[in-house]
Amino acid sequence: MALQNSISNITRRVLLAAAASAALALPAIADDTIKLGLVAAMSGQSAKSGEAIVRGLSVAIDEINAKGGVLGKKLELVVRDDESNPAKGVVAARELVQREKVAALFGGLDTPVSMAIVPFANQNKVPFMGVWAAGTPITRNGAPENYVFRVSAVDALVDKALVAYAIKKYGAKKPGMILINNPWGESNEKGLKAALEEKGMPFAGIEKFQDADVDVVPQLTRLKESGADVLFMVANVAPSSQVVKSLDRMGWDVPIVSHWGPAGGRFSELAGPSGAKVHFIQTFSFAGTLSPKGEAVLAALKKKYPEIKSLADVTPAVGIANAYDAMNLTALAIAKAGSTDGSKIREAFEQIESYDGLIKNYKKPFSATEHDALTSNDYIFTHFKEGQILPLTN
Amino acid sequence: MLLISAIVTGLAVGSMYGLIALGYHVTYVVSNTVNFSQGSSMMLGAVLGYTFAIRLGWPLPLAVAMALLLCALFGLVVERFLVRPFAERGSNGWLMATVAGGIVLDNIVLFTFGKEPRAFPSVLAQKPIQLFGAGVFPLQLVIPLVGLGITLALYLAFNRTKFGKALLAVVQNKDAARLMGINVRVAIALSFALSTALAGLAGLLIAPLFSIHSDMGTLFGIKAFAVAILGGITSASGVMLAGFLYGLIEALVTALVGSTYTQIVAFSVVIAALAVMPNGLLGRAAAKKV
Repeated sequence: MALQNSISNITRRVLLAAAASAALALPAIADDTIKLGLVAAMSGQSAKSGEAIVRGLSVAIDEINAKGGVLGKKLELVVRDDESNPAKGVVAARELVQREKVAALFGGLDTPVSMAIVPFANQNKVPFMGVWAAGTPITRNGAPENYVFRVSAVDALVDKALVAYAIKKYGAKKPGMILINNPWGESNEKGLKAALEEKGMPFAGIEKFQDADVDVVPQLTRLKESGADVLFMVANVAPSSQVVKSLDRMGWDVPIVSHWGPAGGRFSELAGPSGAKVHFIQTFSFAGTLSPKGEAVLAALKKKYPEIKSLADVTPAVGIANAYDAMNLTALAIAKAGSTDGSKIREAFEQIESYDGLIKNYKKPFSATEHDALTSNDYIFTHFKEGQILPLTN
Repeated sequence: MLLISAIVTGLAVGSMYGLIALGYHVTYVVSNTVNFSQGSSMMLGAVLGYTFAIRLGWPLPLAVAMALLLCALFGLVVERFLVRPFAERGSNGWLMATVAGGIVLDNIVLFTFGKEPRAFPSVLAQKPIQLFGAGVFPLQLVIPLVGLGITLALYLAFNRTKFGKALLAVVQNKDAARLMGINVRVAIALSFALSTALAGLAGLLIAPLFSIHSDMGTLFGIKAFAVAILGGITSASGVMLAGFLYGLIEALVTALVGSTYTQIVAFSVVIAALAVMPNGLLGRAAAKKV
């Protein structure tokens, strides 16, 4: 008995030791990959945005890995859910950097979450690539060594583009603003005011509304009475549709030029047929004639995600396209840096010469003073038609 | 034009607050407790109605009846598990328990119903009709009528029927009511079923004007409670009147002063009104018996 016991003890120890050495050996295996982290909303109302980003990043990674990876290693994506909560976003970012040792971080849709990660990334010298959140100060954060880059729209530039479009398309003379009452609305109120001032244009008024407002008629009536000829709208998909339904009720047929809120969900269903009147900004659309690159990415998406059957399923396209180009630019930067050292990658980002991407052909996308790869020339205007986002020709 | 459209808007939105607030009133007069998950009950009515009528394609009357029935059932569950265990021990734990229950329900719906807001179209909310030069959906006129009808029905039920009087007797003296042959537990449970069904009805009525998602009821629940207190929670007609007034204040402030000030002014009015009339507009002071 005693002997048997000690034998089983020995076997147990051997097994434990084997398990331990296997566990120790794991990082050696992991060393063959370069890990990249994503902190985005994977649950809650914005979960679809996280899904789109994962798809864009994954298709790009598959492509890069098929060509042999970067620095002879395969890329690997590690995803964490921030639940649209800034505190959870920072915890996730720290975990990804300290435990998973990711070479770079990617961010999600929520500006407040990204703003919370920015100081962490700069202090820990980890490149942080934004692929959606448009808040102006994310990249323009004033840090002496700025580790934050972005392939997405920038509120300050979007607002300029909205004003330019309203003038060019509708001959706007006195636009009004209908903005959601939160920090996003606030940031665009500033941006729109500045953009209008630049053009020396007056505005009819600024009205705010809440997520839970059933009826926006009083706000819209004020704008109408003060002579608004075009409306600038900034709100997510559900409140945006409340604006459209209220306009229907008033019988006020006014052009609406909008930020990209309506793109985030079933705007056609929520707003009804009048939803097609809302012209909103995007960075990319898979509809229409695509470049060879666009065709290739679309085919890869359909192959990897069988639930994508038609263009209506490739939503939101901006998330996919921004993420795809951002991942490719990051891979280029790591290759150029010749290492996964954060400071070296940061310098390499600013030295990328060109990249022929999905959204455009990038020429010197980043510099010491410009960390946003997309400019206002890269925005397109689109609208919803029967559930699909279609580009508008000017 | 500005004023008329604001008044129509205010009355329609106000009657929704009133309907949900009536739910607070019903349980309060019977049991001295309140179900703070009323906002979630409203959302539940809309979500169930959508599921039955749109996803499963049931005929609308059947879908509405089933949704209201399940809402009433939810009320029974709330009373049995979130209110009774605390109230019978004389604890105020039901306060937090019902809030928590609402959050649990919101999250269950988030995972089962889905994350995307959906639309619940209705023939009553497609073509606006002109009323004194302001466009309104027919549904916006139906909602205040339903609100007034239910207020009247509640008033008659509590004051003119034996059963209603029996319910009111429960709150005055539980033991005496029990001795008179009134089943106190059943009376209280029924008041909760009625309150959540009322909130569910509000949800079904609002749905075509709004979008359906798991947190659509949160703010409504809070505003409706303010309305219930403002009206005097012991009076059905006071509660409904307060609903109309609150909706009007919101719409008029937005129209005349601007939307930045809506919430500040509306809630300040509630505080000021309560300072002047501590029992609400039509509420009775609770006589403290020593």
